[in-house]
Amino acid sequence: MLKASKKTGLVFFPAFDWAIDPTHPEREERLLYTQDQVMEEGVFDIEGVVEYKPDIVTAHDIQRTHFCVPDEASVTTESHMISAGGAAAIARAVMEKEIANGFALVRPPGHHAMRMVHGGRGFCYINIEAIMVEMIRQKYHVRRVAIVDTDCHHGDGTNDIYWHDPDTLFISIHQDGRTLYPGSGFTGELGGPNAKGSNLNIPLPPGTATEGYLEVIQSCVLPAIEEFKPEIIVNSAGQDNHYTDPLTNMNFSAQGYAELTTLLKPDIAVLEGGYSIEGALPYVNLGIILAMAGMDYSRVVEPDYNPEKLKQPSNVTDHIKRTVRIINDYWSKRHEMREKSGKPGTIQERHREIFYDTDNIFERQKEKIRICRDCAGAMEIDSQAMPGTRVIGIHIPLNACHACTETGYDMFEQAKKSSRHDRLFLQNRPNDQYIIHDYKS
Amino acid sequence: MIIGLDVGGTHADAVLLSEQGVVKNIKVPTDASNLFNTVLTCFNLLLDSTDISKVKRVVISTTLTTNSVVQRNLDTVGIIVSAGPGIDPMNFKRGEHYYPVSGSIDHRGREVQPIDAGEIAAICEEMKQAGIRYVGVIGKFSPRNPAHELKIKSLINDDFDPVFLGHRVSGNLNFPRRISTVFLNTSVYSLHRNFFNAVSDTLKQKGLTIPIQILKADGGTMNLATSMEFPGQTVLSGPAASVMGAIPHAPTDMDSLVLDIGGTTTDIAILVNGAPLLEPVGIGRGKYKSLIRALQTISKGIGGDSEVTVKNKKLKIGPHRRGPAMAFGGPSPTPTDAMIYLGKMEDGERVLAEKAIAMTASKLEVPNLEAAQMIFHETCARIVEMTRKMVDQINSKPVYTVHEFLEGYQINPRKILLLGGPASFMAEKIQELSGIETIALPMSSVANAIGAALARTTCEISLMADTEQGMVYIPEENYSEKISPKYQKSDALETARIFLERKAIMSGASQENLETELIEFQEFNIVRRFSMHGKIFRIKMQVKPGLIKDFSLAAIL
Ligand SMILES: [Zn+2]
Ligand SMILES: [Zn+2]
Repeated sequence: MLKASKKTGLVFFPAFDWAIDPTHPEREERLLYTQDQVMEEGVFDIEGVVEYKPDIVTAHDIQRTHFCVPDEASVTTESHMISAGGAAAIARAVMEKEIANGFALVRPPGHHAMRMVHGGRGFCYINIEAIMVEMIRQKYHVRRVAIVDTDCHHGDGTNDIYWHDPDTLFISIHQDGRTLYPGSGFTGELGGPNAKGSNLNIPLPPGTATEGYLEVIQSCVLPAIEEFKPEIIVNSAGQDNHYTDPLTNMNFSAQGYAELTTLLKPDIAVLEGGYSIEGALPYVNLGIILAMAGMDYSRVVEPDYNPEKLKQPSNVTDHIKRTVRIINDYWSKRHEMREKSGKPGTIQERHREIFYDTDNIFERQKEKIRICRDCAGAMEIDSQAMPGTRVIGIHIPLNACHACTETGYDMFEQAKKSSRHDRLFLQNRPNDQYIIHDYKS
Repeated sequence: MIIGLDVGGTHADAVLLSEQGVVKNIKVPTDASNLFNTVLTCFNLLLDSTDISKVKRVVISTTLTTNSVVQRNLDTVGIIVSAGPGIDPMNFKRGEHYYPVSGSIDHRGREVQPIDAGEIAAICEEMKQAGIRYVGVIGKFSPRNPAHELKIKSLINDDFDPVFLGHRVSGNLNFPRRISTVFLNTSVYSLHRNFFNAVSDTLKQKGLTIPIQILKADGGTMNLATSMEFPGQTVLSGPAASVMGAIPHAPTDMDSLVLDIGGTTTDIAILVNGAPLLEPVGIGRGKYKSLIRALQTISKGIGGDSEVTVKNKKLKIGPHRRGPAMAFGGPSPTPTDAMIYLGKMEDGERVLAEKAIAMTASKLEVPNLEAAQMIFHETCARIVEMTRKMVDQINSKPVYTVHEFLEGYQINPRKILLLGGPASFMAEKIQELSGIETIALPMSSVANAIGAALARTTCEISLMADTEQGMVYIPEENYSEKISPKYQKSDALETARIFLERKAIMSGASQENLETELIEFQEFNIVRRFSMHGKIFRIKMQVKPGLIKDFSLAAIL
């Protein structure tokens, strides 16, 4: 009988009865052919591969990560709660040491969902990886986490949620924002003043093939992870950089994905995008599963795979080498960049405009962060959605220092006096507490 | 009248039923070296002084195939597999003559790589040289498109008879299990054929001309002709017989558990409103893992003859059996000794039972009476614990839709039905520990034979329709037909029902026992570049396991 060399957990939740709309790429049968392939290969009969039922996350679990406007129930469905619960089930099993690692094959995805949620962005409403990470931080007291987002789109939601958090190394590898949604994720986006360099954005040119991806993993990602020393490595395993994906322009392959997984050794992998549901997903997912289980994947090859056709042009290779140098330079200077980013104790402001393409909402944000060398810093987001409401969200980070905790409370008391807002939220992570203040009542 | 016969590992049970109830029941030791003799003995004893012409039905369950698997007494056969991309098929090698060949079909049933006729011809020659007579052919995704299996068969059909094909065994996707299932069918075929042809001929000579039925692992029956194509389905039919024997006593408006407490093991099955639960893909147990439809049962090493040991003053029951209870001349203390000591059981040598309990008591450093009570309690508690685990496990099995996640059926057993030797002595304690009403079945020692006698003929089919490809398929039945783009759910359901009923009748079912059930229905849009290109329907339908209607059960209750 076939045996896994690493005990691997799988959550398979294809949500066969949920779609954004009937012809949307994020629709019911996205994982149908993957299920067929995984079943036909007898993956669940492999000794050491364990299938888990997803959990369902609660509003409280979401409140550790998001400010949902007006509330969680209005911007999510049960599908989202189960999808996040799928990732949570794997995380729990990993933390309880029932399994060595695990892969949540769930939908709908989540990596475009930011901290403030007025609606859907890039098919995402809530960030399933971030919800999972905050759950394990809460329950298992994990502090340092690395999230490597290999989806072809910039993981701008996760990037936003961990922008100020020096305890989370967030790395996104994606197709250059000048050529693909959401248009962000350039090398200079390195995280907020308290966390400079703990966000690494690695844009790759269209036409990047397996060799380019593996080069980035080996030359950038693995060295950074080694220095960062995370307790947990999470992979947002989007599969839309496959050469058959209809939404993107990359040349990644099933063999490449499996190789990437072997190199990265994620404790937890979570499926994100991937819309070539017949030509890519069945093979890529099988490759990732076998790689996680430490098994031979050399024969997992797409029927139309032709390495000659997928060869990476030399100008692409050169471009990637330059990007790798830029990123490594930033990474090596992260401490001095942080020192230069502002005077501790002061408040820094940033203004942003965010578009929710899935729900056609435009949001304007004013963000204030307390510069701090001892924690991620107290933060306030003043957010106006159009159409929609104006809210304030105040975040006191987990492991907040005394001064930032006090600042957070001050911000909250000040905000209560506003006459221009509809709702006020306080996300008090050290107390695992979430307070909603309605101005009208 | 009906005859039910269950030839088990140690003894054979047989019953003769009439409208008035059990006319005759017998129990004889099994002659493992000659099962045919055992069967014959049973029939001779049963039919002695009975009007043979009144026997309308005969159902037989044997350990023939189970034994041959355990003893590796299997024919040397050839296995040809075509796999394509994925896990290396050498991992699933069965037997010495195993040939992975080129050719590949994808998950939608599209040909990726053709079969190489020259390669097959060379393998055919090699197998002939090796004296092989029976061959199995299995393709990855053959339930999606059996063309490659059929092609290979057509190339070798003249040299081997029969050739067993993977897509015929099940519509379920699981290539390794498909290989195991075909391997089992192929390698027990001649044994099964010779045995049942002999039984059938002998019964005919006795004047019993009605066709015999054979019990399967799913608690249903099949006729002789069907069994020749799928002989592996008879594996593990014994535990299924016992479960079917409990059904007359099961409530039909709530869930219940069937516990068969034997000497070595306890087997547990679950009945939902009186109907047994089936394994989702097929038999899941160790070396029998396959696509063979089977009742969902678990078996654990705890029973009346389990060895009782003490380690660090902690009592442990099972999982081994060293022999019979000490009260019956066995080597080590057992729960049976405790039950004899406590006066629950009358049989056996009480003195020896006392000795067994004293041995355990001294290690536990407690008085004899307390030790006996502890053994009895621990045995029942372990059995209750394993039933809880099984129910939890089934209730937490993964589901794939939001609806099932939120509304999925949760098993909540409200009655426990006990079978087997120690059943009547344990019922009260198990009820106390589980908090669930518990009864020991009347005539529990022949419930298995009664179950076999009354089991209805079962079968299953899978239908797939793909309006983009314009085809509907029922792979197990080699059926495919063109469909129009307007093909819809009701068409698919109707086709499935017609084919299911036809298959059931062909397997020996009678019209009034066709209780069909839709067990899976999925409908998907096929979308390419944001526009709808068609629909996919997937249907699984079964004649569900249960008891035949054309017989009054009142007499048995
Ligand atoms: Zn994506
Ligand atoms: Zn601070």
